[in-house]
Amino acid sequence: MLWTIGAFGALLASVCLLAPLVGSTHISLARAFSRSVPFADNVDAQIFFIARLPRVVGAALVGAGLAAAGVVFQALLRNPLAAPETLGVSIGASVGAVVAITLLPAFSIGGISAVPVASFTGSLGALAIVYGLSAARSRGMSSTVLLLGGVVLTSFLGAIVSLIQYLADFSQTFRTVRWLMGSLDVGSYPPIVAALVPLVCAAVGYATLPRALDLMSLGPEAAAARGVDIVRAERVALVSASLSTGAAVSLAGPIGFIGIVVPHLVRLMVGADHRLVLPASALFGAAFLIGCDLIARTAFAPLELPVGIVTAMIGGPFFLWLLFRRTR
Amino acid sequence: MITVSNVSFAYGARAILHDVSFAVPRGRIVGLLGPNGSGKTTLLRIAAGTLAPDLGRVEIDGVGVIAMSRREIARRIAVVPQETHSTFDFTVEDIVLMGRYPHLGAFELEGPDDRAIARDALQATGALELAPRRFATLSGGEKQRVVIAGALAQASDVLLLDEPTASLDLGAQLDVAALLARLHRERGTTMVVCTHDLNFAASLCAELVLIRQGRILAQGPTAEVLTPANVAALYDVHADVTFHPGAKHLTVVPIARA
Repeated sequence: MLWTIGAFGALLASVCLLAPLVGSTHISLARAFSRSVPFADNVDAQIFFIARLPRVVGAALVGAGLAAAGVVFQALLRNPLAAPETLGVSIGASVGAVVAITLLPAFSIGGISAVPVASFTGSLGALAIVYGLSAARSRGMSSTVLLLGGVVLTSFLGAIVSLIQYLADFSQTFRTVRWLMGSLDVGSYPPIVAALVPLVCAAVGYATLPRALDLMSLGPEAAAARGVDIVRAERVALVSASLSTGAAVSLAGPIGFIGIVVPHLVRLMVGADHRLVLPASALFGAAFLIGCDLIARTAFAPLELPVGIVTAMIGGPFFLWLLFRRTR
Repeated sequence: MITVSNVSFAYGARAILHDVSFAVPRGRIVGLLGPNGSGKTTLLRIAAGTLAPDLGRVEIDGVGVIAMSRREIARRIAVVPQETHSTFDFTVEDIVLMGRYPHLGAFELEGPDDRAIARDALQATGALELAPRRFATLSGGEKQRVVIAGALAQASDVLLLDEPTASLDLGAQLDVAALLARLHRERGTTMVVCTHDLNFAASLCAELVLIRQGRILAQGPTAEVLTPANVAALYDVHADVTFHPGAKHLTVVPIARA
């Protein structure tokens, strides 16, 4: 078990080291890490650590956060088609971002601009609503009703996004559309540090969950009979998955397919045990999104594709294949 | 020993159980019979501690279930549902090992002891050769043997079974009945079995509790409780109840709707 997780960790570490080497200016890994030249004179190190690494680390955090949230939502809702977007947390973040782009004056807190702050706030608002649904669930609400609640919340918040966009002027609409496509253009470390706060909280929650998720996939009643405190486990799962979704979306916009493709791909590789699937999906999701972002910024260089388009173009056909394979 | 004392329960305004009391002595098999909607399953969930009664008390060996954590309860009581579906593609061995959950710490992995217990449980239910198979590919009868093995791996001495044979074919029904009788004989497992199959109940249970509309209609030794009059009162069905010399237990043949 530890070996498998170690292998996924090694994959992520090597992708993290190699991805910053690719770009318009060629740099060498050996020179970037060389101690013989002071940092101020080491152009390779400056490009590596200042220009390119924040973006790679951002991609890793977003990929890990979305993939782990996908795993947890799929187990929680007992539905392999569930994703981080399913319960409305992601669209809540979009509402926040659109409000910031269109209605709010520009502001920044500690080097973080208005859009990520507002979108994380939006995701917390959606989380509060979802948490309310979970309280109803502890009194006997079924997964189906919870799913339905998420679908309704998503279309309601989607209408708010559309309304604000409709009222916005052309340049605001363009910024909104661009944000909704997802981008990992993280230019500095402060937004990454800020996103780490909710992500670390989520990771602490995730650490307590894997075995409970295994049992919950047999149904809440069966899990409770085997000793799982269902109400508590579901709450930890909901809050952790929502926090990591909110952090990821506020950092990079709503990037689709990571949260659904990565967990299924990892399950095909390591089996169903969540003690493997959850950490392996986080590590693989991070590596996968770094790879997609690499394609997004190099395929049509100097033009940069929105990374959400790349993940959907790789993820969509793959997921359809997975579905057809299931039904055959 | 499980004691259910004066338990009442309602879903909102809909009353399900009224002042139900019964006891299951250690090492006994008790059958819970009643028509659909009579409150059997609710009663079983309350006995398993997964549902809290509005009024009344459930005790295991004299300790109130309310005071116990879910883990503590699961170490004493295991539940076998009518059917088990897994959302994900677990192997049979995975499913049985999950029974060890209440015995492991939060970050503890199953050790060799846990694996040995799981293998013993699979052996006891005649499912050892299924261990590497994927759970989703098993037949209904095989799944039920695996789920019972998972319950045994929980190492509790009480087994609550909710219509364990309802979705099985005739042969698989007999297999499960024989398995439960053997577990009772060899391990002295205490069992509460909810069922609609009167012949299955008569073959397995020494005592019966009959429930209709959330109230206990009759309880006691099977030979005394399983009578044409009680069957009529329970299901509104005229039935013949006779001792079958070949099967060596009472058999019920439904004749007509009362």
